[in-house]
Amino acid sequence: MPDPAIQTSGLVKVFGDTRAVDGLDLSVPSGSVYGVLGPNGAGKTTAVRMLATLLRPDGGEATVFGHDVVREADAVRSRVSLTGQYASVDEEMTGAENLILLGRLLGHRKPAAKERAAELLEAFGLTEAAGRQVKTYSGGMRRRIDIAASILNTPDLLFLDEPTTGLDPRSRNQVWDIVRVVVAHGTTVLLTTQYLEEADRLASRIAVIDHGKVIAEGTPGELKSSVGSGSVHVRLRDPATRGEAERLLAETLDAPVYLEADPVALTARITGDGAEAAQAARALGRLAEAGIVVDDFSLGQPSLDEVFLALTDHPATEEQAA
Amino acid sequence: MSTTTETTYAPAAEMLGTVLAPGVKPPRPSAWSASLTFGWRAVLKIKHVPEQLFDVTAFPLMMTLMFTYLFGGALAGSPTEYLQFLLPGIMVTSVVMITMYTGVEVNKDIEKGVFDRFRTLPIWRPSTMVGYLLGDILRYTMASTVILLVGLVLGFRPQGGVVGVVIGILVLLGFSFAFSWIWTMFGLLLRSEKSVMGVSMLVLFPLTFLSNVYVEPSTMPGWLQVFVNVNPITHLVASVRSLMAGTPDAGELMWVLVASVLMIAVFGTLTMRLYNRK
Repeated sequence: MPDPAIQTSGLVKVFGDTRAVDGLDLSVPSGSVYGVLGPNGAGKTTAVRMLATLLRPDGGEATVFGHDVVREADAVRSRVSLTGQYASVDEEMTGAENLILLGRLLGHRKPAAKERAAELLEAFGLTEAAGRQVKTYSGGMRRRIDIAASILNTPDLLFLDEPTTGLDPRSRNQVWDIVRVVVAHGTTVLLTTQYLEEADRLASRIAVIDHGKVIAEGTPGELKSSVGSGSVHVRLRDPATRGEAERLLAETLDAPVYLEADPVALTARITGDGAEAAQAARALGRLAEAGIVVDDFSLGQPSLDEVFLALTDHPATEEQAA
Repeated sequence: MSTTTETTYAPAAEMLGTVLAPGVKPPRPSAWSASLTFGWRAVLKIKHVPEQLFDVTAFPLMMTLMFTYLFGGALAGSPTEYLQFLLPGIMVTSVVMITMYTGVEVNKDIEKGVFDRFRTLPIWRPSTMVGYLLGDILRYTMASTVILLVGLVLGFRPQGGVVGVVIGILVLLGFSFAFSWIWTMFGLLLRSEKSVMGVSMLVLFPLTFLSNVYVEPSTMPGWLQVFVNVNPITHLVASVRSLMAGTPDAGELMWVLVASVLMIAVFGTLTMRLYNRK
């Protein structure tokens, strides 16, 4: 068994009165994408900054490939690379200059650094933009130059801190594709995200964190089955019919039904082992038979909000408002 | 332009695969090489925003003209005569004044994500800061050159000749490099650019004016002479003046050397402590 890429126990970071990371225990196997899922303010970024040697922990232990992040920071730095939430490149410099700068700092001689920069720009579709200052790049291009900079020296562990937050769907898909290739080449990726869908698509294991602690850990499948594999959303025409609809749904789906703040909306989480669609169809039929007018009906994966509700009894959006 | 790149890009697995193929990792760069690379970054930033050179060209020019004609007649009989005394001092003042931009630059940069990238690289830790200072030495050289040229045009005739003037400027650059570590420290310590500027002014005004730049300290009241005589700027001006006049003062030069080493030791250490803790 190789060393785990990351191992933390009881990791703590305190800012003033806030325990941003409060006893975090993680074990990240090498060679895959590990998702850290949580709302804003859950402590994801703080945890990543400690693991990337940018912040000193106030308590607990953390090792990266067996090296302590405080005592052997330099050994950790030679194996990791970080793409932060904000572009970790110099916006006043051009794309090519940024990559050449990093290449030189990683020990390449000037011709080799230039060659490496050209290769990366090409592979990331940025050759045309190579001579432009990064501040003129679109969000998606910025993310790409940032990731290109992070893999310049093919790190063993790549931290991607919310890599798709604020990106349009096309750019988001590009980032996902890049991450898949990076992992296929043997780099371990620690991905933090607020989106269950993203973690689900990319990660082979996920830790859900809240208030600086891991509240659930497992494969995406395990995690979802712990909260139900599907989620039925119903919007009615008439709020007066909601009581009846709630009763019918609970009966047909054999699952708890939640009344949402919107007086015409209901949500139910179902576990159907592949038969979710059939269950949902039956439920829709029962509502129609009872003469309840349904304006909107959908079956989807549970959202982060629902996962949170199930795991913590408080919605993820509570922190997001802060 | 950006939109075309945006819509046509599809990550090709083979191409990405090629760049990801683990080649032989080069050995880590030496401390000097990493510092030079960061110095190159500073020069590139000047290239992208050349307007920032205003403070190393127009400001020194203004200082030289202003003080030569303002005080020349009153203090030395004529501006040209005063210039022989003033020029080395005004050169020191201008260069020492523009050292504060180091702090402002550092402060602007640390808020940005790129600093995180630098701090996660396996390189000699102080090289990021040394890089700023190397870029600044270029700026200081430009400012010194502007002042020297203006001085020569106005009638400055240094007895020390080319050698004396060049060594004088090198001493000034060496001292300014050491002095700038105060600003890297404040750049990391203070929260905003404005507060860095504020503190810089508070330190620089008394240091440059309460010195021997404009008048001989012997004309000042005794209590003021006490301050003026321990002020490192006084010793720096005396050294540069002596070199440019062709009569090098070993004692003053020694003073400047010791002060420079002490500043690097104290403020360099404090800067690196803050840099590592940030």
